[in-house]
Amino acid sequence: MTTPLKTGLMLAGLAIAALGLTVSAPGAARAEDDPIRVGSFLAVTGPASFLGDPELKTLEMYIERINQAGGLNGRMLDLVHYDTAGDANKARTFVKRLLEDDEVDVILGGSTTGTTMAVIPLVERAEVPFISFAGGVSIIDPVKPWVFKTPHTDRMACEKIFEDMRGRGIVRVALISGTGGFGKSMRGECMTVAPRFDIEVVADETYGPGDTDMVAQLTKIKNAEGVEAVVNAGFGQGPAIVTKNFAQLGFEVPLYQSHGVASKKYIELAGDAAEGVRLPAAALLVAEKLPAGDPQRPIVVGYKTSYEAVYGDGSVSTFGGHALDGLMLYKTAVEAAGSAEPAAVRDALESIRGFMGTAGEVTMSADDHLGLGLSAFRMLEIRDGDWTLVD
Amino acid sequence: MAHNVRPSGYSKFAKKQTYTRRMSTRKSRAQMLLSERGGGMASLLLVILVLPLFLANDYHYDVAVNIGINAIVVVGLNLLIGYAGQISLGHAGFFGLGAYTSAVLTAHYGLHGLLALPIGALGVGVLAYAIARPVLRLSGHYLAMATLGVGLIINIIISREAWLTGGPDGMYVPLLEVFGTEVYGGPMWYWIVAATLLLAVWLSLNLIDSPVGRALRGLHGSEVAAQVAGVDTTRYKVMVFVISAVMAAVAGSLAAHFSEFVTPAKADFSHSILFVTMVVLGGMASTFGAVVGAAVLTLLPQFLADFADYEHVILGLIMMTVMIFMPKGLVPTLAALARRGARRTAR
Amino acid sequence: MPPAFVEFLQFLLSGITSGAIYALVGLGFALIYNASHVINFAQGEFVMLGGMLTWALTSAGLDLPLAIGGAVAITVLVGMALEKLAIEPARDANVVTLIIITIGAGIFLRGVVSVTLGKDFHPLPSFSGDDPISILGATIMPQSLWVLGVSALVVIALQGFFSYTLLGKSILATSHNRMAAKLMGINVGFVLVLSFGLSALLGAMAGILIAPITATNFEVGIILGLKGFAAAILGGLGNGLGAIVGGLTLGIIESLGAGYVSSDYKDAIAFVVILAVLFFMPSGLFGRRGTERV
Repeated sequence: MTTPLKTGLMLAGLAIAALGLTVSAPGAARAEDDPIRVGSFLAVTGPASFLGDPELKTLEMYIERINQAGGLNGRMLDLVHYDTAGDANKARTFVKRLLEDDEVDVILGGSTTGTTMAVIPLVERAEVPFISFAGGVSIIDPVKPWVFKTPHTDRMACEKIFEDMRGRGIVRVALISGTGGFGKSMRGECMTVAPRFDIEVVADETYGPGDTDMVAQLTKIKNAEGVEAVVNAGFGQGPAIVTKNFAQLGFEVPLYQSHGVASKKYIELAGDAAEGVRLPAAALLVAEKLPAGDPQRPIVVGYKTSYEAVYGDGSVSTFGGHALDGLMLYKTAVEAAGSAEPAAVRDALESIRGFMGTAGEVTMSADDHLGLGLSAFRMLEIRDGDWTLVD
Repeated sequence: MAHNVRPSGYSKFAKKQTYTRRMSTRKSRAQMLLSERGGGMASLLLVILVLPLFLANDYHYDVAVNIGINAIVVVGLNLLIGYAGQISLGHAGFFGLGAYTSAVLTAHYGLHGLLALPIGALGVGVLAYAIARPVLRLSGHYLAMATLGVGLIINIIISREAWLTGGPDGMYVPLLEVFGTEVYGGPMWYWIVAATLLLAVWLSLNLIDSPVGRALRGLHGSEVAAQVAGVDTTRYKVMVFVISAVMAAVAGSLAAHFSEFVTPAKADFSHSILFVTMVVLGGMASTFGAVVGAAVLTLLPQFLADFADYEHVILGLIMMTVMIFMPKGLVPTLAALARRGARRTAR
Repeated sequence: MPPAFVEFLQFLLSGITSGAIYALVGLGFALIYNASHVINFAQGEFVMLGGMLTWALTSAGLDLPLAIGGAVAITVLVGMALEKLAIEPARDANVVTLIIITIGAGIFLRGVVSVTLGKDFHPLPSFSGDDPISILGATIMPQSLWVLGVSALVVIALQGFFSYTLLGKSILATSHNRMAAKLMGINVGFVLVLSFGLSALLGAMAGILIAPITATNFEVGIILGLKGFAAAILGGLGNGLGAIVGGLTLGIIESLGAGYVSSDYKDAIAFVVILAVLFFMPSGLFGRRGTERV
């Protein structure tokens, strides 16, 4: 009656063999001319794939470029990437893999606030610089020594929108937000900063991921007393459906979208209904419309042209821009530090002054690991199926 | 005899074979069970003891711990699916509830982790008990829908009540403290999860060999027949449902402290599907199959990560091919092959 | 019209808009279940294929009608291949095993589409413009009427198909008793392939009809599949009319829930209602009370 034991042992052997495969030889001491290992974890699939997809494409494209130009301090860059599908648990495992197995020198990535927050304790303990591409203000507030981020925060988006509303004399607004991390977080920030702008939130509705119709929520908003503008916080196809339903119901007040829809895709999906919609976004979307003397112009026009040359007209988004900014911030820091040694790079990142990226001018400090001002945000309006600068 | 490596026989042929073989070996049933259970437990223990030799760093431990946590859920779920024949597409809900009970009680209310865990388990047990009777009256795909609904509702509540749970972006969980030391790092977690898994497997094997287990197998074969034979089928179904839910909750609590961070994804539909897939892939009605299923499907994404864009294409293909060519699952199929091989060499 | 009534009517129309979509997807579940007693969790992927392939073919330069025809044809072939290559070889497997196979097929199809057609969202043009139609002060989009109209036509056509054609009757016979059907000379294998093909056809049509409303991408089928499954179960499995009623009910509950209770909890409300219905009617609204063969 040895069969079960044998079977068990056989399976045990299989399990060990399988696990053994994952074990790589312990990393030999790294020489100075070995490649710099850039780790990345992005939501390339899943509901946030339209963030992760352009981010990864941008990283691959520009790392290739840096390598062709002779690398960083003479060392090649080696990109190691894992797809998290937006799942925080996967993100944690992959970041452990980046830190322990791949022994990366820096981590760029984390498309969503949730995946970023989940790995912060790991990178803090491992003491490896980490530049996130996610929007949540909680990533850098309070400041964590090893964590930086490139996009404007959702709080800034609310502030920019409310500032614009005050200019138009709007005080009573309705919120409609997605129930995903982005929508929920921005809704919370808008609620928090509204009193500072004397804005009163008179209706507050949500919609789920994959919802096909938001007319019920918008009807409620329409029937709420004295709504003067509607703000939609969300990304993906949700805001496009909101925009179409908004037009269907014949609203006569302005609609504001968030920076979560900052790509041509939104205009394509929402069609004519998008006319007149305003949103805060980085200058990247209006690259060619910037005045010739604008210091940001060469950066954004350069990125837009390169990206669209590969992926087609109108394919550029501010999301890919966040990845580019992250990579370039790292490049600047390594050049300033003269090495890719984590602690030196971290210090160099913190002392970056006047770096010009797709999101705006970045000036980091010990208590600001984002370094962007509200002025870096532009208010855009959609006219004739294209972005126009409002201010 | 080897019912843990072979699903309770649907076909008469399988039953007859078992019967004849039982006649040919002159050992008592008790002895056989003992050796089989002991054998299985011994090899699992062996794997657990030897494995750390191959774990080079914290990442490897992370994968191993995740396998263990999933295995605890799957061993419990296998009791429900493999033995009681009841499907649940909502067990991630119980897993998530356990995780969030630990997270909220320790983070917001300063409760000790070792106290929060049993509270979560108990809470989930009570909830499972409350919904078990109405839900388990349903059968087949209706049951699948009902359990799916329960899981989804739990998931929605977790992600909406942001003031408590941090919403869709998740929340941090304090480290678990045992005897004054904080549990941190792969090795410590490895032994905790390994011990819990062994306990879960041991409980599961005991349950299967008890009168309850026999009644359950009857249930899986034909519920009506079992009822006619005087088995209180509902009572047993409820019992197993509650046990499996509690196991999921305990695993969830451990997972929350281990990863120091929880998101509603722990409770979502795709996570439930993953657990069921682990049961079926490993082999229904096989406790060790459950462990193997958990191991394979936790390891697979790590291997496939290198294939980047093709990850899902390959994962889908593997799921389909395994289920088509080994419909009984990995462990029962491989065990049958091994037995056949052993018999041939003996001859 | 009193404003409260207009508001109610608007909620109702909104519910019908989403409900019609769920219904059409649910119908696909019902059809396959009818013939094979398999719940095809890749049904949502048929919906996705319909939309994505139509987009791909139009952007390759084909006219919309031609692209629609092509997309439907390819999806039907995929559906038949799924039956022939994945379901048929595992015919004797357990129900749960079959579920896992279809889930695997869904993951595979999503993977293939993301690799070949990309991960972006794509819109399709509305069939009859984007001017809302006003009904007593409430509005509905013409595209939603298309979805509703096609769903109604499909139900009638299926009813006719199952009642009056030999092929339809063969499918029903196969569903009731596969062995007996075989003995009666019905080519059971063919019937099963056909039912998957038909169901893929329904899915593809649904995907094409709703793409102008929601846009489409490689993962759009996941949630639609889930809602369609819920619709089919609520209505009672294997019953075409049930799937339609189930889908519309689901959509209307969601929209009334969002309108009158809480938009945060509208999905939860819908599932609570489904659970309540199942509690009193364990086989859904129109399902036959099943008896177990001992």
